[in-house]
Amino acid sequence: MVQEIICIVCPRGCHLKVDPENDYEVTGNSCPRGIPYGKAELKNPTRVVTSTVKIKGADLTRCPVKTDQAVPKAKMQEVMELINTITLEAPVRVGDVITKRILDTDANLVVCRDIS
Amino acid sequence: MQNIKEYQLIIIGGGPAGLAAAVSAAKNGLNDILIVERDKYLGGILNQCIHNGFGLHYFKEELTGPEYSKRFIDLLADTSVEVALDTMALNLENSEDWRYVHVMSSSDGYRILRSKAVILAMGCRERTRMNIQIPGTRAAGIFNAGQAQLYVNLEGYMVGKKVIILGSGDVGLIMARRLTLEGAEVVACVEVMPYPGGLNRNIVQCLQDFDIPLYLSHTITDIKGRNRVEQVTVQEVDQNGKPIAGTEIYYDVDTVLLSVGLIPENELSREAGVTLDPRTSGPIVYENKETLARGIFACGNVLHVHDLVDFVTEEAESAGHAAACFVRDGGCVTEDANIISLKTDSNIGYTVPQQIRIDDVEKAVRVFFRVRKIFKEPSRIVFRDQSNSEIASFKRPFMFPAEMENVNLPRQLLENISGTELTVSVEG
Amino acid sequence: MFDVIIIGAGVIGCATAYELSQFDLNVLLLDKENDVSLGASRANTAIVHGGYDPDPATLMGKYNVKGAKRCIELVDTLDIEFKKSGSLIVALDENDLKTLDKYYNRGLINGVEGMEMLDGEETRRREPNLSKEVIGALWIPESGIINPWEFTIAMAEVAVREGVKLELNQKVVDIEKNSDHYLVKTETDQFQTKYVINAAGVYSDQIHNMVAEPAFKIKPTRGQYFLLDRSAGETVKAVIFPCPTELTKGILVSPTVHENILVGPDAEGISDPEDTSTTREVLDLVAKEARRSVPSLDFRHNIRNYSGIRANSDYNDFFIKISAPNFLDLAAIKSPGLTCAPIIAEEGIKLLAEEGLELNKKDSWDGTRKIVRFKEIPKEERADFIEKNPDYGRIICRCEHITEGEIVAAIRRGLPIHSLDAIKRRAGSGLGRCQGGFCGPRVQEIIARETGISPLDILLNKTGSYILVGQTKNADKEA
Repeated sequence: MVQEIICIVCPRGCHLKVDPENDYEVTGNSCPRGIPYGKAELKNPTRVVTSTVKIKGADLTRCPVKTDQAVPKAKMQEVMELINTITLEAPVRVGDVITKRILDTDANLVVCRDIS
Repeated sequence: MQNIKEYQLIIIGGGPAGLAAAVSAAKNGLNDILIVERDKYLGGILNQCIHNGFGLHYFKEELTGPEYSKRFIDLLADTSVEVALDTMALNLENSEDWRYVHVMSSSDGYRILRSKAVILAMGCRERTRMNIQIPGTRAAGIFNAGQAQLYVNLEGYMVGKKVIILGSGDVGLIMARRLTLEGAEVVACVEVMPYPGGLNRNIVQCLQDFDIPLYLSHTITDIKGRNRVEQVTVQEVDQNGKPIAGTEIYYDVDTVLLSVGLIPENELSREAGVTLDPRTSGPIVYENKETLARGIFACGNVLHVHDLVDFVTEEAESAGHAAACFVRDGGCVTEDANIISLKTDSNIGYTVPQQIRIDDVEKAVRVFFRVRKIFKEPSRIVFRDQSNSEIASFKRPFMFPAEMENVNLPRQLLENISGTELTVSVEG
Repeated sequence: MFDVIIIGAGVIGCATAYELSQFDLNVLLLDKENDVSLGASRANTAIVHGGYDPDPATLMGKYNVKGAKRCIELVDTLDIEFKKSGSLIVALDENDLKTLDKYYNRGLINGVEGMEMLDGEETRRREPNLSKEVIGALWIPESGIINPWEFTIAMAEVAVREGVKLELNQKVVDIEKNSDHYLVKTETDQFQTKYVINAAGVYSDQIHNMVAEPAFKIKPTRGQYFLLDRSAGETVKAVIFPCPTELTKGILVSPTVHENILVGPDAEGISDPEDTSTTREVLDLVAKEARRSVPSLDFRHNIRNYSGIRANSDYNDFFIKISAPNFLDLAAIKSPGLTCAPIIAEEGIKLLAEEGLELNKKDSWDGTRKIVRFKEIPKEERADFIEKNPDYGRIICRCEHITEGEIVAAIRRGLPIHSLDAIKRRAGSGLGRCQGGFCGPRVQEIIARETGISPLDILLNKTGSYILVGQTKNADKEA
């Protein structure tokens, strides 16, 4: 069945129509950039997850973290559940890897702020 | 009389604007700069903006807020810029030769400082429920989106279990996603305008990803709950923004998040006699971000509310550069420079700068503005002089109020205009 | 056994506690809320009235001028924000001029000093933002604007410091008369006392009815207000009253001690005395009416809407009587109750003395209070002051420039603190344009540090008004 999505490549927000039964054909796009977005968004939508984890030994009680690559959208909730169990010890530096290949994705969970 | 410490440049605010301005001023030859920051950390609002999407224009990569500010904090470490943290600027006074800044902190007490130039980089604050006059009870559980963001992201507290969001500004949308991921239920996002206030990608990634409905042309008309919010009434509004009877939807929620706009924080500027533009609530500035008060510059959200931090950085760099010129050479332009005022038609909310000193423009001047309604079809941004001649025009395939637009006006076009005003308009 | 129990810690109860604290007595002040001054004493028009309005035959008429004088003394003694702004009652037509005459004559009987009749031109010379329609005004110099909750809190703070016991979250549910004492029962406790003072505001009829035959009925009356930011500029210098019409008592426009502009109130009879919500229809009406006297009012500068519930009643005066042996009603206190509070307390105590309450002055009693307001310290003294008191160097409330030192001092002045609003009422943080958006979390942190209450348990205002629901990552639920 043809699905309608809003393109987020640029602010214009074209209403794309993507047809999974016809090789994910994209219509409704105003520019070529809409086509790969439309296909990917239906075939395998992915998102970067950003959140915080607990941290001990610092003034701050939470440390911002992110997945350094987008993870499958369907796994976001599971990633969050894992993130919620983590506690770091200060000091940490931006880019420190907390969990490699989180939930067997290609993404690592990394620290986003220096906290000492 | 206590002795007054002197600087070449004092920057008020150590968020993204203040940081970039400091780095730029240092790069342009100043070695005696002070940043006054009221928080215990540099970075300003970016510290609580833990989502990604920052830096796509400036760094060509996607960073989170803390990562973006760290880039500039690291650059700052290589300069001689002095930083006063946990320090509040209480007063700003302007005189012919010096700008006086009264600052206070518990460690250094009350101090009067002075500098040749000042850059205002205090940012903005959130419009409150009371600014938009939602009637009802004054129960707990009504938060500004940014305030909720601080609680959740920095302090690690949850503000509610069942949440409705009024206003579709970016902070509100981002918080819809954050609260959902942290386990709250966000029941709806309600926007009084017929179009969203935030960026499209945030509508998709923060609302649609989580099946949160967005009600355009709707608003909250009542809040119930004696001590904590218990219920809100949502109603559709007509073209004049008046609620339509019979369209009531009732939501049982314990929390209302407001994302209903930002207001530049210009109390200090006003006291110093800096002239403000009622359209932006920020200072009126020239092409180099100097306000109408000599030696006082402004950049970032204190000047006008930005949608992207990347533009804040660029603007701050230009202000830092201009402040350095001012300190070194006593200003880049002569007193009797030719000044062009920029006016707008009803389709355009404002421009920054509002005034251009032609002699100060090297090659071109970048003009930022926002449109006041959606232009889905291709249209032209047209600059006309007082004889109504078209001086320049720029094509745009589409324009949205949520997006700040900008165009580059070449100096040579400015040199031959008739009169001292240019009117910016949107034409078909 | 207490000598006296005062029910209700509003301005009347606190003024009475303050006056009683100078005597050698065992006094208990009870309130159903988690702080003092949470009823009409919090949300009202904040005016020390001149005394031209009340009927000379009533206690209101008899107490008003005396009360205003005593208030003006007390604001110095207790260090309360006050400004003798004066009041102008403005006339928009010939009928209004007749009303002014009536007020002038009443004022003379009530002892109001310094009254002046002004013509339209002179009125506008003094208040340039008044409507061109204003054709005259009555000037009442001996009146002003006060911080009403600070007034109440200050009297409670001194009373408690001087030995009065304060119990909060104690709603009185019954009063039992025994042979030589009363048993005052609350939801959780009971207290014995020789004398009872009923200062229960909108509930004063209910308390009265626990010991005596019904004698009056409270008719809770809600009034809604706007508070405009000082960015609106100096709109008016004095309190501007319109003359009442058949439809409305008139919407006033007044400066406040915090340099804001207060606009309101309407008068709406309501059934639920706790319903302090605001409504679109009434606010629109208030705004429209206010513009009749001050057309340039710009409601875009609004920083707060609120409503207050006044204890109006079917009894056309304050109800100040011994209604049962050793039971004093200070009941049905409506406007000008705030102004008259110190006199009501004094007169009430006299009535109790006639009932046999022994009033022996303590050897030492200090009725004064002094607090630091950082904003008022001259700039040249600030450096020295902060060196000695570093807490005063950190600004917590950016809009009103309230320092950590002022907040800590407020917490340490002795009354229990449960909420952000308690700090707002004591230190003024969060009163400004951002309405606590920035400073709320910081104030929470300071309360938690100073009192040991968990940030999760710090309230916005009354019991039940929780701000946070837990920690992220369920950190508060972990062992």
